Amino acid sequence: MLKIENLKYIANDEEILKGIDFEFKKGKFYVITGHNGAGKSSLAKCLMGLYKCSGKVYLNDIDITDKSVDERAKLGMGFAFQQPVTFKGVRVIDLLKISDKPLKTYEDILLKVGLQPQEYLFREINNTLSGGELKRLELASVLSRDIKVGIFDEPEAGIDLWSFNNLSNVFTEFKNSERTTIVISHQERVMALADEIIVMKEGKILTSGAKEEILPLLNV
Amino acid sequence: MNDINDLEKYMLNKVADLDSKPTGAFNLRVDGVGVVRQNSANVEIVPKDNSKGIDVYVKPNAKKEVVYIPVLIMQGGINDLVYNDFHIGENSEVIIVAGCGIHNHTEHNSEHNGIHTFYIDSGAKVTYIEKHFGHGDSMGKKNLNPVTTVYLAKDATMEMNTVQMEGVDYAIRTTKGKLQQGASFVVNEKILTQHNQFANSIFDVELEGKSSSTKIVSRAVAKDNSNQEFHSNITGRCECFGHVECDAILINNAKIIAIPQISALSADARLIHEATIGKIAGAQLEKLLTMGLDEKQAEDFIIKGFLS
Ligand SMILES: Nc1ncnc2c1ncn2[C@@H]1O[C@H](COP(=O)(O)OP(=O)(O)OP(=O)(O)O)[C@@H](O)[C@H]1O
Ligand SMILES: [Mg+2]
Repeated sequence: MLKIENLKYIANDEEILKGIDFEFKKGKFYVITGHNGAGKSSLAKCLMGLYKCSGKVYLNDIDITDKSVDERAKLGMGFAFQQPVTFKGVRVIDLLKISDKPLKTYEDILLKVGLQPQEYLFREINNTLSGGELKRLELASVLSRDIKVGIFDEPEAGIDLWSFNNLSNVFTEFKNSERTTIVISHQERVMALADEIIVMKEGKILTSGAKEEILPLLNV
Repeated sequence: MNDINDLEKYMLNKVADLDSKPTGAFNLRVDGVGVVRQNSANVEIVPKDNSKGIDVYVKPNAKKEVVYIPVLIMQGGINDLVYNDFHIGENSEVIIVAGCGIHNHTEHNSEHNGIHTFYIDSGAKVTYIEKHFGHGDSMGKKNLNPVTTVYLAKDATMEMNTVQMEGVDYAIRTTKGKLQQGASFVVNEKILTQHNQFANSIFDVELEGKSSSTKIVSRAVAKDNSNQEFHSNITGRCECFGHVECDAILINNAKIIAIPQISALSADARLIHEATIGKIAGAQLEKLLTMGLDEKQAEDFIIKGFLS
């Protein structure tokens, strides 16, 4: 589904990603974990084309290495940022409507991520939204699109008040529809949802494998 | 309204959101001449001599009045100077929709200079909406230089929403306010310039009465080789509150100069100014790219929201 070969990312003369090979399979749920600064977000951004890197990226056997971010998005890739951005004058509905769905779809998605539609649809996406609300909206904006691969950078961070079951349902539903899920997380409860866990360290994959294999090694 | 053509209708819709003749007071000026005028029970529009403008009288205590006074210039080579005075009676509540559209298809410049003066009696509430729009690919420039002066008596309020849409080549917009006790003056300004256009916004507000307040928020987008200036001065002479905010986005080779000035002439005056100018935040573009918009679409999306 999504395959990377010898992926390297250099920033400020420093090799942040040091040659990564991996293949994400269709319909599987992956959790990428590892210490702060291990390179998880960098890897995610390289996959999405947000960072320029060397090596190869294939989506369904098509070489997308030279494809831009929006081209990758149109090919069915979605990306939820670790730090969501705010927009002056842009309302929640305006952002969601980029995916051109009926209003009802957006109401359902907002409910799924724990935001009451009548309260949030017409709110401006500015700093009056709390950090947790912005994270939920970030998730909603990705779910609103027709995607085949979703990359979620710490989607659960900062949304502690939202019962974990909701988040877990969102991801279970996402995965059950044959889509590939890549979630970056430090949380054991998120890893519990995974088929496979990838552990990164210092810009490399330290180890990866089935959850049952990896979880015991993590001491979490 | 039957006697105006489709292009005029289109322009009227752009500057005043009008599709047909409104029910309330209405004055339409085209190419320097008043062509339609109508009063309502509480609003009287009286033309000045020689088509030099109008006096608009709103009766005290009038409520829910909406007054439309749009101006169109449909030819090249016109220099329209107009003096409109608004006499707003005590405790009335009125919405005034002005706005000017210039269509120019010639090599001659066309210009509209609207000198608007508001005398707002105590307790009255005015909402003033003014849109400016230029249309037609001409060599001749489409220039607009509105001057708005607002005298607010005790506890009177004015909310002024101005929008300069595309197509205006040159604009100097001057807005002055003098506020008595408890009066409030709120301005929301949106300006878009592109190509080689120039726009200058000048605000001068004097907070003379106790507990008077003003809030001026200017949002500007300058594209291509356009230039903008923003000058504001708020003077506080007593216990009062003033806030001016200039927030601008620059694209390509555009330039913006913002000079907000606040003058506190009393220890009880509380005045704030903020000015932010910069290009579109990279993180905003990135987010929209991941949603499948290309760079141009993402930029348009951000600007549309910013100026909404
Ligand atoms: N553009 C950049 N310039 C300089 N250093 C960078 C850049 N991007 C990433 N880095 C560095 O690369 C390393 C990996 O960063 P990355 O954000 O990928 O880590 P992470 O695993 O996602 O960490 P966290 O768990 O804290 O989110 C960090 O040391 C970071 O400072
Ligand atoms: Mg990270």
